[in-house]
Amino acid sequence: MADTKERAIPAPLVNPETEPFWAAAKEGRFLLPFCVETGKAFWYPRGVSPFTLGKVEWRESRGTGTIYSVSVMKRAPQIYAIAYVTLDEGCTMMTNIVDCDWDGLAIGQRVQVTWKPDEEGNPYPQFKPA
Amino acid sequence: MSIKGKAYIMGAFEHPTRLAKDKSVAQLHAECALGALQDAGLTKDDVDGYFCAGDAPGMGPVGMSDYMNLKLRHLDSTEMGGCSYIAHVAHAAEAIAAGKCSVALITLAGRPRSEGHSGAVPRMRGADAPDTQWEFPTGVATVNAYAMCAARHMHEYGTTAEQLAWIKVAASHHAQHNPHAMLRDVVTVEQVVGSPLIATPLHRLDCCVVSDGGGALIVTSPEVAKQLKRPKVKVLGAGESFKGQMGGQVDLTYSAGRRSGPIAFAEAGVTPGDIKYASIYDSFTITVLMQIEDLGFCEKGQGGKFVADGNLISGVGKLPFNTDGGGLCNNHPANRGGITKVIEAVRQLRGEAHPAVQVKNCDVALAHGTGGLLGSRHAAATLIMERE
Repeated sequence: MADTKERAIPAPLVNPETEPFWAAAKEGRFLLPFCVETGKAFWYPRGVSPFTLGKVEWRESRGTGTIYSVSVMKRAPQIYAIAYVTLDEGCTMMTNIVDCDWDGLAIGQRVQVTWKPDEEGNPYPQFKPA
Repeated sequence: MSIKGKAYIMGAFEHPTRLAKDKSVAQLHAECALGALQDAGLTKDDVDGYFCAGDAPGMGPVGMSDYMNLKLRHLDSTEMGGCSYIAHVAHAAEAIAAGKCSVALITLAGRPRSEGHSGAVPRMRGADAPDTQWEFPTGVATVNAYAMCAARHMHEYGTTAEQLAWIKVAASHHAQHNPHAMLRDVVTVEQVVGSPLIATPLHRLDCCVVSDGGGALIVTSPEVAKQLKRPKVKVLGAGESFKGQMGGQVDLTYSAGRRSGPIAFAEAGVTPGDIKYASIYDSFTITVLMQIEDLGFCEKGQGGKFVADGNLISGVGKLPFNTDGGGLCNNHPANRGGITKVIEAVRQLRGEAHPAVQVKNCDVALAHGTGGLLGSRHAAATLIMERE
């Protein structure tokens, strides 16, 4: 089962471009950026669309998805899992899987967002088995 | 305009050190420069073009140009991570073809071993990089980023840990003949898969070494090459590319080599079947496997079968690779494997590789690398060379 001691999460370096995401996170809402022109969700969040370099709008994500790939870091002070999760909105994000059995993680597994405190105590999005 | 036949690699030098606690990075760069110049039969005052990347101390090429007291008319600090130096050969050929320089010096050096680097520790790749706030907190290091590529490759194509292990086994067969190699013991598939898991599914022996050292290359115009006594290695073709996350349309099954490779083959006018020796960047076993597929040595997804049973071992298999032992066994100076890839290809084309690993009739060779992380974003460079 999961180690009782968890890896400390470095606090993200927030900038004005991505401030809406982290402000919503503090309210427990997981915002996703969408390209206004194509209507497609993208990741990582930025102030311009990676599809057109045009306008972006934030919409709330369902916070559910599927593991695209995963690796459990064994050579670390605390074991942790890094993963790409494909959100149900269609984009794939680098993240962590937590609150799980390290040996039971698999590609294709359903996961849902969970908020964990970073080193500064602010909520940081990770995923746990759904 | 093509660079085909417009430039020659006339000097190559790999620093013999693997641990340089008592030297500076600048000093290692300069020692490599001298070694390559002496190999070519030139002096530093013949150099009129200088190429370096992010490992060079100081601002771009300026710090090292001053340290070595060069007189230049062409400077290039193209930064593409570990494959920069493969791209530098092509950029030097472009500059020479355009008449901007006639003797280009390329250097790489670093001392990550002395400085205690590890590919298992998350490394901040620039606080201002736009991806940093989204990825650094996840604990993405080097090894777990590549491990996610391996996990996906296994999932999609049925690639096995034993097949990946064959890549390390082949490298170790070559490294036993290299007195400078960090790891000279021949290993078995069982030893690789039995070594500790670092980041699943990659084991300790799937990972390259961390070493100090460096290397340098001299690329010249045909006119200069004619006056030199060393065997001539002609630049036939080159390609470069980039692959990232595509706005979240992540696909870890292929690398930017899928684009850089065909560009290089087209310019060179050869096919993968013409390549007698290949230097393939080997930060991890999975790096080699994906690039072999992407360069067209086998079909996508068939890399596991292709590398198995010694197919990469010189004198045994169809595609002799990294006959110096590569990054997996020999050397990975500055955590950047590009320049050693070109150096060993030059040795092979000159017929100066170790006799136990020298490829017979080695007339056409390839050097290919990536820079950055296959698991997130990376550049790639491919270079095809011919013995003249």
